[in-house]
Amino acid sequence: MSYIIDRRLNGKKKSTVNRQRFLRRYKAHIKKAVGDAMNSRSIMDMDKGERISIPTRDISEPLFSHGNGGHTERVLPGNKEFTAGDRIPRQPPKGGDGNGGGASDSGEGVDDFVFQISQEEFLDFMFEGLQLPNMIKRRLAGNESFQVVRAGISNEGTPGRLNVIRSLRAAHARRIALTSNKRRHIRNLEESLELEEQKESALRDQRKIEALKSEIAELRKRVGRVPFLDDFDLKYNLLIRQPKPRSRAVMFCLMDVSGSMNQATKDMAKRFFLLLYLFLQRSYEYTEVVFIRHHTSAKEVDEEEFFYSRETGGTIVSSALKLMRRIMRDRYPDSEWNIYGAQASDGDNWNDDSSTCHRILIDDIMPHVQYYSYVEITPRDHQALWEEYESVRALFPNHFAMEQIVDVQDIYPVFRQLFSQKVTARC
Amino acid sequence: MLDKFAGGDDSQKPESVNPISTSSEWTFELIQEYDRAIGALADEFGLDTYPNQIEVISSEQMMDAYSSVGMPVGYNHWSFGKQFISVENNYQRGLMGLAYEIVINSNPCIAYLMEENTMTMQALVIAHASYGHNSFFKGNYLFRSWTDASSIIDYLIFAKNYISRCEERHGLNEVEAVLDSCHALMNYGVDRYKRPYPISAIEEERQQQEREEYRQRQLNDLWRTIPKLGDGAEASNEKRFPEEPQENILYFIEKNAPLLEGWQRELVRIVRKLAQYFYPQRQTQVMNEGWATFWHYTLLTELYRRGRVTEGFMMEFLQSHTNVIYQPSFDSPYYNGINPYTLGFSIFSDLRRICEDPTDEDRRWFPDIAGSNWRETLHFAMRDFKDESFILQFLSPKVMRDMKLFCISDNDQENEIVVSAIHDESGYRQLRENLAGQYNLGNREPNIQVYSVDTRGDRSLTLNHTQHRRRPLSKDTPEVLRHLHRLWGFDIHLNSLNGDEITASYHCPEQGRDRQEGEEESMLIPKPI
Repeated sequence: MSYIIDRRLNGKKKSTVNRQRFLRRYKAHIKKAVGDAMNSRSIMDMDKGERISIPTRDISEPLFSHGNGGHTERVLPGNKEFTAGDRIPRQPPKGGDGNGGGASDSGEGVDDFVFQISQEEFLDFMFEGLQLPNMIKRRLAGNESFQVVRAGISNEGTPGRLNVIRSLRAAHARRIALTSNKRRHIRNLEESLELEEQKESALRDQRKIEALKSEIAELRKRVGRVPFLDDFDLKYNLLIRQPKPRSRAVMFCLMDVSGSMNQATKDMAKRFFLLLYLFLQRSYEYTEVVFIRHHTSAKEVDEEEFFYSRETGGTIVSSALKLMRRIMRDRYPDSEWNIYGAQASDGDNWNDDSSTCHRILIDDIMPHVQYYSYVEITPRDHQALWEEYESVRALFPNHFAMEQIVDVQDIYPVFRQLFSQKVTARC
Repeated sequence: MLDKFAGGDDSQKPESVNPISTSSEWTFELIQEYDRAIGALADEFGLDTYPNQIEVISSEQMMDAYSSVGMPVGYNHWSFGKQFISVENNYQRGLMGLAYEIVINSNPCIAYLMEENTMTMQALVIAHASYGHNSFFKGNYLFRSWTDASSIIDYLIFAKNYISRCEERHGLNEVEAVLDSCHALMNYGVDRYKRPYPISAIEEERQQQEREEYRQRQLNDLWRTIPKLGDGAEASNEKRFPEEPQENILYFIEKNAPLLEGWQRELVRIVRKLAQYFYPQRQTQVMNEGWATFWHYTLLTELYRRGRVTEGFMMEFLQSHTNVIYQPSFDSPYYNGINPYTLGFSIFSDLRRICEDPTDEDRRWFPDIAGSNWRETLHFAMRDFKDESFILQFLSPKVMRDMKLFCISDNDQENEIVVSAIHDESGYRQLRENLAGQYNLGNREPNIQVYSVDTRGDRSLTLNHTQHRRRPLSKDTPEVLRHLHRLWGFDIHLNSLNGDEITASYHCPEQGRDRQEGEEESMLIPKPI
């Protein structure tokens, strides 16, 4: 007798746990590969999966086995020209070819163990250990999202939510309450009936026995008439909708597109912004991005234009800051939004303007934002802007960060540095 | 092997044509019908099987099953993840096809069919797994005495639950460390001479608690440090512990390691039990696959002879069959050892030939078998042998000639490799002995046994490796010793012996070096618990 079972609908991801165990164990290797990948990738596929390669040596599971040497006899198939007694010169050992026979290792060269991780896993590794400066504001944002939670038991509800145990318990209690009098009465009657029956037959009062019996039967019938389950026994699980606090974030990306920024510098800035954007998206349920580009005047643009259109001109950084200030006031009250600012420039600025930037930042921007980061992409010495910003950092050490990037290799490390968990940053 | 069929022998032509199906699409009804037809035939041939449970799965599920060595429930461990990732990679890049079937030695016998297979392949798999392997599991003495088909699934469930409870209580890393170490010694976790008792999962759980208490009591006795009264005379002729060398290293650790906690001992036991379950499979690969291949071939050609399958079916079947038993020769780039399917199938087919149509040579070599009832002889060969003795007993000169086997002798003390025997009259016996030796687990794996424990001193554990034809241990050895060291908790010494002479010694921690330094070499080296 055979049973034939269709298992195709069963879960197919039985090995997911084991796969995760594997990733967990080789975290260090994967992280390194992810770090390397970050630097060599083009901007657009920052958030794709990645091929990870680990040296086979590191993941092999050791076993006791025979090594090369000693005296081995091996039987092989497919003899063509040999006869007994032939001597064959020993070939220099290559790979594991020479030790087939009894040994368990089948000579798999020294290839790396290569596998693919998904986008999700890639980002996990990329942002692992990073944290947004922990000043997350949550608030009840309108009536957009609700969470259904249990809220005890109610007497009304749909049949689907019937609580069987509570209902039967209520029914049981009701039956006890409604019949206890009668059952006590029955017990008394039964006792006197028994007394009567124990008497000798001559002394027995047949009529009394009959009367008792009929009364007991009558009472039993009435007890039996109490319904097993009544409408008002039914209890239902009560579910209510609770509004859910949501965290929202807005990120301001400020980029210098003046003539002094060449294409390579812009590319680096874009990489940095993209990383930041991916990171925010993972940390907040709802993220908006405002792109601001500036030369002598600032302009709010969309993503496409921000990353790809070209422009030249002089540099007035404060124009961007002013625009950011205006947008913040108009659209993103800081009571509702977590505001992040990120600015990239090559450090060139109109000389008088740097002090204006300083003032705007300190008076109007820093008090409202969660975090403001500034990256300066230049191999040259710092100028006035850097110095002004340094004094801002002195005033807001936990909310303001600045770093310098010289070439592409620096972006990811600098990014990690800016957002590494504060615990480590302090000590 | 196939010439009989391909040669157009009249006896192989269908008697009347009434095929079960004509299309290559399968349906559940058809699978059932084929199963019934094949099952009835198997009955006629006297195959005794467990009830069958045939499960249709998708290719993803097949990959899952692959990476957990075919077990339907398995505990979680990174090495299964590694296995899965590499199977998935190879499959997606088209480097390998998935096996057509996986079959589990359980009662009922579970066989997986892949949904991508054609009707022909499903029928092939049913014949191969559900009747071939199944009857082997039920009949072969190793499986009968080493595994208990009815309790394995229960035990796996127990193991999975126990290990995940340990993970909750003691943390993933702790559990993983112990399992890693046990896996390294898995091949040395078999009791070769005792038969285990079958027990159910619930029973297992109850006993596990008893064991824990018992072990602790025993241990305390072994490691007692209070000196006995009147010690003087006894101390000099003190007995070695263990009195006899122990081949089951994991068992020895489970019972005697001084520092392991109860749950860690239980993990050792779980790995040991699984090793024992797989032990017969490692020893009967050629026989098991040969038997299953022989029967799928025999059953399906018989179906054809009776007109239950079409010629198209047979063409497709024969193509897969010849792929399965293809043996590349030793100098081919595809050569990867002797194909157990080919060897097993050839021996079983030739046995049938010897019974039905013996030549003079066969009468000389197999006087008892030649001309006997082939079904009884084949069943006898299947029941009472393992690979090594099976080859030694039944490998016939004809098979050696067909496969063109030859034997080379590779002695590292000489400059040249010598061809010591080929498939000719003077070489048959030596060839057969050497091939049998190749399947002897004792020769294949280094013979390493627990020799002694310094119970009164530093508690160090000494192992002896008895060399087989001067073969040394591989480079992995220090790595394995580190795992052993983690389980044992004290120093480990391993001496490699050629006769009585120690030719190599391994120590963990390595001698003459600072311990801390040695242990921090790599992030993956186990640290003592």
